[in-house]
Amino acid sequence: MDFFNEDHIAAAKDLLYKMADDQLIIGHRNSEWTGLGPLLEEDIAFSSMAQDKIGQSEHLYELLHQLGESDPDNVAFTRNADQFHCCHLVEWPIGEYDFSLIRHFLFDFAEAVRFDMLANSSYEDLAKIARKYRGEIKYHTMHANTWVQQLATGSDESKSRMQNALNETWNLALGIFEEGKYEDTLKTAGIFEGEAVLKRRWMDSVIPLLEKYGLNVPDESTWAPVYGGRQGFHTGHLQPLLSEMTEVYAIDPTADW
Amino acid sequence: MKLSEENIREALYDVKDPEIPTISLVDLGIVTGISVSDTNDVNVQLTPTFAGCPALRIMEDLVADRIKIIDGVNNVTVSTNFDVQWNTNMISEVGLKALKKHGLAPPPRHDGYIELDVLSDTACPYCGSRNTTLETPFGPTLCRSMHYCKNCKQAFEGFKPVT
Repeated sequence: MDFFNEDHIAAAKDLLYKMADDQLIIGHRNSEWTGLGPLLEEDIAFSSMAQDKIGQSEHLYELLHQLGESDPDNVAFTRNADQFHCCHLVEWPIGEYDFSLIRHFLFDFAEAVRFDMLANSSYEDLAKIARKYRGEIKYHTMHANTWVQQLATGSDESKSRMQNALNETWNLALGIFEEGKYEDTLKTAGIFEGEAVLKRRWMDSVIPLLEKYGLNVPDESTWAPVYGGRQGFHTGHLQPLLSEMTEVYAIDPTADW
Repeated sequence: MKLSEENIREALYDVKDPEIPTISLVDLGIVTGISVSDTNDVNVQLTPTFAGCPALRIMEDLVADRIKIIDGVNNVTVSTNFDVQWNTNMISEVGLKALKKHGLAPPPRHDGYIELDVLSDTACPYCGSRNTTLETPFGPTLCRSMHYCKNCKQAFEGFKPVT
């Protein structure tokens, strides 16, 4: 990494950790729909997206490994909740399908924009991955968009469920864009344009769609982004998830499956 | 005898996708680099079809195993990276036919932009009819979508286009 000074490396690690942790945790949550989806097709969709997200997180952990962090399995399976950098949005239990669907919509549009921005990153190894992930995440946003549209324009019950889920999820989604201490470094190094730009572009992509489907985005005066996840402060839902996810690894770190 | 990159590529036509045994890794378009040193040390680079493809490590092993049995080959290394990012336009014409032979509708060529209507307009691999519907863009593996042919009244799978 010729172009990196120490500050750049610290900034890149911070960025990689939050992206990879978001993907690992939302991937695990998505996998909890395996066998429980409201339709067989949805069961398969959430399971496929889980596989995508967890696979994507592994390559980001691999970049962290190249920057001096422990190997991907170790990083994924041996940290406690307070060492994770995911946002609260991804760690909440799957709840009812309406919540999982709205979360999936808000999260995946943010990922789509994020990897679109990173496709031009000066950190070339990350840019290559971002260019690859864009095409995969396109299927996730198409899926989310199809179902949110159908349900938001469906029966009275489905409309009100979508609206209630959006109301409950909005502030969590704003927590995706919690800024870290390296925003300026990332910008000046050309690694990433930053969370504020990402948030603006995300709103430009999701708000018109939600409005088109007749959903009301909560009034801006009520916006209260749920922060803390990027700094290691989490809900009580994360540690039980990690304990379950790492159960086999904890019993036998050399187990192969 | 000094081996050429072409010797290696020829051999790799024998290595098939573990999940779609009719298509070679070369025709799938995932062999992105081959180099042979003066001492016949061989390095092959692969690129993943999907980041979460569980067959990545298996394909590395299959490639290494095939090259090791070429006469005169010295050390073999196989690595997977994203230096070239795979997309379905990298599947050869032979590869598209091989997918169809396996009962998968081949992905349409794309110009870097994919919407759902592209997938909805998929010809049935059994009867060729375009009177089909897209059931879901997710299937039994990450690279497949699920469709239904209203003409021959059969469900079928497609290899979905990826940018």
